[in-house]
Amino acid sequence: MLELTPGLPLTLSPLMASVDQSLCARLYRSMLLIRRLEERVAQVYPTDKIKSPVHLSIGQEATAVGVCEALRPGDVVFGTYRNHAVYLAKGGDLNRMVAELCGKVTGCGRGKAGSMHLVDVGAGVLGASAIVGTSIPNAVGYAYAMKLREQANVSVTFFGDGAVDEGCFYESLNFAALKELPVIFLCENNGYAVNSRQLDRQPSSNIVDRARALGVDAERIDDNDVLAIYEHVTKAAEALRHGHGRPFLFECMTYRWREHVGPNEDFDGLRRNRSEAEVWFARDPIERLAKSLDPEFCKQAEGEVEAKIKAAFEFAEKSSFPPAEDLYGDVFKEN
Amino acid sequence: MDRIINYGEAIREATDQEMERDPGVINLGIGIDDMRAFYGTLKGLAAKYGEARVFGTPLAEDSMTGVAIGAALGGLRPIHVHERMDFVLLAMNQLVNIAAKSRYMYGGAVSVPMVVRACIGRSWGQGAQHSQALHSYFMHIPGLKVVAPTTPYDAKGCLIAAIRDDNPVIYMEHRLLHRYKGHVPPESYTMPFGKARVLAEGTDVTIIGISFMGVECLRARTHLEAVGIKAEVIDPVSLSPLDMDTILKSVHKTGHLLVVDSGWTCCGAGAEIVARIAEGSDGKSIRVRRMGFAPVTCPTVKALEDHFYPNARTIAEAAHSVIHGGKKSWKPEGAEAPEISEFKGPF
Repeated sequence: MLELTPGLPLTLSPLMASVDQSLCARLYRSMLLIRRLEERVAQVYPTDKIKSPVHLSIGQEATAVGVCEALRPGDVVFGTYRNHAVYLAKGGDLNRMVAELCGKVTGCGRGKAGSMHLVDVGAGVLGASAIVGTSIPNAVGYAYAMKLREQANVSVTFFGDGAVDEGCFYESLNFAALKELPVIFLCENNGYAVNSRQLDRQPSSNIVDRARALGVDAERIDDNDVLAIYEHVTKAAEALRHGHGRPFLFECMTYRWREHVGPNEDFDGLRRNRSEAEVWFARDPIERLAKSLDPEFCKQAEGEVEAKIKAAFEFAEKSSFPPAEDLYGDVFKEN
Repeated sequence: MDRIINYGEAIREATDQEMERDPGVINLGIGIDDMRAFYGTLKGLAAKYGEARVFGTPLAEDSMTGVAIGAALGGLRPIHVHERMDFVLLAMNQLVNIAAKSRYMYGGAVSVPMVVRACIGRSWGQGAQHSQALHSYFMHIPGLKVVAPTTPYDAKGCLIAAIRDDNPVIYMEHRLLHRYKGHVPPESYTMPFGKARVLAEGTDVTIIGISFMGVECLRARTHLEAVGIKAEVIDPVSLSPLDMDTILKSVHKTGHLLVVDSGWTCCGAGAEIVARIAEGSDGKSIRVRRMGFAPVTCPTVKALEDHFYPNARTIAEAAHSVIHGGKKSWKPEGAEAPEISEFKGPF
């Protein structure tokens, strides 16, 4: 059973009343785009047009969106194989993402990246590594460069509860704290590493305590609340930009609605069951945010998002695969 | 006018000149900020450029390699220094899965301009875990460049080239070469990768010596001259990319090849050289042999260690044997390499 903080109100942050509507609108549009895009990817997947393993972000949109909306140009994010939401939330190009999933030369990785390694340097998406934990130190190193170059920016590294098992997690927090680097360690705790439960891998669910022990300011954010995530990260990023001497870690409790990899659900009772998931379905961050928005706006947003997604798949369809010579390109950069 | 400095000083000079020229160049590594300054190769640089650009790291080779990669993505040009190549094994995931692959898997969107300095230990009983030379591991991976300069001139030129290269470069330096003296121009210059150096010309056998073995191969050449054999000694300098034009030209001239690697022969750099020679020598008859570390773990005791490594005498013996098809046996007398006999540390 996934551990949830008891007694937590299932309503939005008390700040809600005073939060500006345009922020809610942006958050909503961003989460909706991700949700609908992922649903479409799942729908298309059985046609084999997308020949790359897909790790869908359905259910986890609030983390990526709450975080990325709090970031500024010049800030960067590092992702994992489950990176679709982070890529889009940070402003990665949608057409180039879908083209990449379809292996087209117009894709963000020229077809060579696939779903697991989406990149958009212009939008500050510095790629994604499919080896659990490996991008965490890369984000820390990028923050080192930012600090040395006196940039008032932050580097955010997304990872799951599985990455917290890896040694490089501890090494990275240690170094970031030692050098007082502008890093936000963003743990999306969905309770599973593939199909292994957190408490079968860690003696207790205390990621925040571990981070604090290493000198990192850490908070757990329960309830998948996009506004709470946004608020925490906004404050942390501002502090870091003004020279706050400790990195931050936020453990965002969330849940993945589909199987680890692939388009289907996995509530067959072999590991995950529907009753566990239903608690999270009932707290869908998109539905919750919709409650505070004008239904006309939401309807309009659906239309806009649908049009964008349709255009992206058309773009991908019209694009070519990379030519055979591309196999040998970009092994090295010629000086 | 010849200006003579040693290999270690050449490395220091290359680093200093590049750090002066480019404020993005930084050095990081375990213990490199201590009073030894990594065998003097970083002496005075922390004081000159500040601790933000020359710093010791926690004992965390894996994530510190990741940090170096991230810093490179962020616009710096890190030189990650390892006191022993053995420790680089802890960094393999980041080097092979991230550094080597990022440019390719992101369709050219990024590059990783970093240098990994790795020192091969040897002598004074460095033993099993302080003496490995793992360059063939890195030669195997597309996306990594590997250089192993032997001469002080190339130590400086290759390091400057490596720092300026926009790709990950493994710079392999041998502990015993650090005090090896040679001509090094004071000005800044680069040694382009993919260019081998013919250290000495000959007609009878091609001897390729990698890293410190280049020095021993030159000594072997002197032994061979005494019995009328003229060996051509080649220093590949750059292992990936490898200058096969120079090597093939020599081997097609001499018809005999001995590759002496500072490393194990199985799947080693020598194996790759021989394979490429076989592919590039259609119809020609060439006798080949490889030498390297004995196929065992390196022992600490000198009595065994002496047999673990090739030396000038065993190299000469092997070259003689290649020429005579193993039918005549001969082994020259001589002293062990002065780099070994005079070595007293620091370790």
